[in-house]
Amino acid sequence: MSLLKIRNLGVEFPTAGGPFKAVDGVDVDVAAGEILAIVGESGSGKSVSMLATMGLLPWTATVTADELSFDGRDLRRMPPRERRNLIGADLAMIFQEPMSSLNPCFTVGFQIREALRKHTDLTREGRHKRCVELFEMVGIPDPERRLKAFPHQLSGGMNQRVMIAMALSCRPRLLIADEPTTALDVTIQAQILDLLTGLQKETGMGLILITHDMGVVAETAERVAVQYAGQKVEDQPVGDLFDHPHHPYTAALLAALPERATEKRLPTIPGVVPGQHDRPAGCLFSPRCKFADERCHTVPPPVQPPAIGQARCHYPLDVPAHAEQVSA
Amino acid sequence: MADASSQTGRTLIDADRPGRLAEFWSYFRENRGAVIGLYVFTAFLLTAIFAPLLAPYDPSQQFREATLQPPVWQDGGTWAFPLGTDAVGRDMLSRLIFGARFSFFVGIVVVVVAATGGILIGLIAGFAPKWLDTLIMRLMDIILAFPSLLLALVLVAILGPTLLNAMIAIALVLQPHYVRLTRASVLSERAKDYVTSARVAGAGRVRMMFVTVLPNCLSPIIVQAALSFSTAILDAAALGFLGMGAQPPTPEWGTMLADAREFVLRAWWVVTFPGIAILVTVLAINLMGDGLRDALDPKLKRS
Amino acid sequence: MLRFLLTRLGTFVPTFIGVTIISFAFIRVLPGDPIIVMAGERGMTEERYLELREQFGFDRPLLVQYWEYLTGILQGDLGTSFVTNRPVWDQFFSLFPATLELSLCAIVIAVALGLPAGVIAAVYRGKFFDRALMTTALVGYSMPIFWWALLLIIVFSGNLGWTPVSGRIGLLYFFDTPTGFMLIDSAMSGQDGALRSAISHLILPSFVLATIPLAVIARQTRSAMLEVLSEDYIRTARAKGLSPGRVNGLHALRNALIPVVTVIGLSVGTLLAGAILTETIFSWPGIGKWMVDSIYRRDYPVVQGGLLMIAVIVMIVNLVVDMLYGLINPKIRKR
Repeated sequence: MSLLKIRNLGVEFPTAGGPFKAVDGVDVDVAAGEILAIVGESGSGKSVSMLATMGLLPWTATVTADELSFDGRDLRRMPPRERRNLIGADLAMIFQEPMSSLNPCFTVGFQIREALRKHTDLTREGRHKRCVELFEMVGIPDPERRLKAFPHQLSGGMNQRVMIAMALSCRPRLLIADEPTTALDVTIQAQILDLLTGLQKETGMGLILITHDMGVVAETAERVAVQYAGQKVEDQPVGDLFDHPHHPYTAALLAALPERATEKRLPTIPGVVPGQHDRPAGCLFSPRCKFADERCHTVPPPVQPPAIGQARCHYPLDVPAHAEQVSA
Repeated sequence: MADASSQTGRTLIDADRPGRLAEFWSYFRENRGAVIGLYVFTAFLLTAIFAPLLAPYDPSQQFREATLQPPVWQDGGTWAFPLGTDAVGRDMLSRLIFGARFSFFVGIVVVVVAATGGILIGLIAGFAPKWLDTLIMRLMDIILAFPSLLLALVLVAILGPTLLNAMIAIALVLQPHYVRLTRASVLSERAKDYVTSARVAGAGRVRMMFVTVLPNCLSPIIVQAALSFSTAILDAAALGFLGMGAQPPTPEWGTMLADAREFVLRAWWVVTFPGIAILVTVLAINLMGDGLRDALDPKLKRS
Repeated sequence: MLRFLLTRLGTFVPTFIGVTIISFAFIRVLPGDPIIVMAGERGMTEERYLELREQFGFDRPLLVQYWEYLTGILQGDLGTSFVTNRPVWDQFFSLFPATLELSLCAIVIAVALGLPAGVIAAVYRGKFFDRALMTTALVGYSMPIFWWALLLIIVFSGNLGWTPVSGRIGLLYFFDTPTGFMLIDSAMSGQDGALRSAISHLILPSFVLATIPLAVIARQTRSAMLEVLSEDYIRTARAKGLSPGRVNGLHALRNALIPVVTVIGLSVGTLLAGAILTETIFSWPGIGKWMVDSIYRRDYPVVQGGLLMIAVIVMIVNLVVDMLYGLINPKIRKR
């Protein structure tokens, strides 16, 4: 049974030029102990869909979904108080910018103990012991001293470790990591990723890794969901996705990886992600797709069956012989 | 972006102007309070200009048979004096209308004097060698250490209590704000590339100060000008109220209030109307000032 | 932190000297013979003229005069009042508690109402509550407080008869004032109704004096909160499942306070300027009324001394605010 189950999630923001659909018909399933990577360019709505799940979007956003449940509990109908008991305890999230994600006015120890006080029955000493334990777990040396530090006294990598310790403090069953390494030095990136996957194995929690880095995906994820312009365009186990991409966008993303380049020049995807005003009528990727024809430009594509990677495409690539293709 | 355009040459900037103005107006118009403020301000401006045409009587004409007559809607009021009369039988409405003249006069003179002096000193401080800069800024710190109204009061006490001296005193105490603001924006602009390129191109010091840098520092100064316009009106009224500004029988709003103090519990209209006039004017200007700041700010943040 | 303090002190000393120069210059720039001007219409005998001339040392070189003035100040000698013949220094400190009591009350009111108003407006930004609060704040900010005081007197003293019009306490009461703070002294006097009388005298003036700082604090708090609420760490706090009260009231407010404390400090100058008007209207026997009366009476040594003392107090408060700023901003404290 999946831990987090989302069906047909939509998020809309009101803007000066009318409503803007940041997320459109996205499905997500994560099982306990699974690592799901959500991949996409900036503005593809990957962070927004996860923030919607956490209930962290600004009040101006409108969230709609056919189903939005965690461990069988409906997150949409849950009273706010109950939802806050879940968030931070069973469902935790870490963010892209470790330096600005911690409150500069409080010590890091205070900020972790605060989560423990909210969600556990630990005593004062118990909370302190847990903090030390967490710091050791995420590899922060000299925990007793570091707990008394303010965020600006620590490096970016250290702060991200603090964020991870904070997210793990109440033993979550699902951790959402939103581009946890993007803002960090390259040398630190690998350390943080190793730490996350190691902790995931140790605790058996589910992990959703939001990233735009295909290299990160290949190293860490078990299953990959590719998002484009607010829609999920493909969903496959990581090996299959790299070997047999079904959606032209996925294929183009993979072709752009330096390791996979066959020519001297790195291939690129021409054009940009459609914005609020230039959304195409048919397939959202059609203006940039080299396979697109008239139908792609006018008719929204169907979602193909799992055998074809749930690709949202009229003409999926590399279709296995036995698979049955759907058409709109 | 703005840097690039000022670098490209004068013609480009000039072509750019109407666009900028339209952009500013579209931001300003979004703020309903600011637009209301603008309308009220315009109404007061027209009142001030056309006071002799609008006022039913001369502001110092005394109707001895009708002293302390209440406004028209109260028992004993007549249409002859719609807002009533004061203790010596002068028409309140006429005095209020003429009072608008003094308030605007004070506001404009104070802002022009304080802004000109302040911008000039601020520019000099921003371009001067460190010792002169430090000297100027310390001097401004010293002036700012005195509460502004107290300093103005003492200055007027030295110079003698007239409206002109009150304006000089207020301009003097408001000036340091312009100096600080100008210097701060000059310093932040000077660090930018277009200033360096102007210097490399051989612009003289005076040209650098007034043509290259100053136009790019104007946004916060304009906002400050709007805000000090209202401060000037308030302070002049306060000085008038304390007997240290315009002298009776001048129909200045603050001075009118000072005259009215003894009738506080007997004739509410003598006290209420001048205060409302001050409050509405100052409020309108502050609303405009807020709108100006909001309309100019996005540009400041973008550059 | 220590270095921060030292630089602040480094600017304090030259500013202090500048302030003494200005107040020293004050009597010397009076047009005409200062002593004749000071005497005004009262006139004076030849004897008195020479006596005053020597007292002020006008016959000696300026630099010597200034040096004596400065050393005098440092020993607590601010000259003697023309009118009462009492040392200005003593008079200042006998009146100062009244102004301090009024100002403290005003600042307490301003912070107690302004801070929550700003926080609420920011949390409900764009909604009716926000608009109503901010319109009120702008009206308060634009208020000519001398008129506001008269208006409140009309309503609360005239129409309703709730509060007295002037002074610090009813004429019925008479007791020693060891602290100078009427609230404390009246409570200690043990006289029936004394404290009540003191409060009813204090409430209107302190509310009038609080008006503008209250508006400024509310506006500043709102804009600081709005800035802070869009920060990443607020999202983190919410992601921990903390209640909105804790997120807004602790995580956001704690950061928003940093600029707001500066504003509160700066409003001390506004308060002292406002005290001039408020004390005059309510006949509050404090520094502000004393200064205005002395200006009317041409009691120039008092004006000179009072000007200097007020400026020094503003400077000291600004210095304290700077230190406070260092204390509440961890980025400055631990470096």
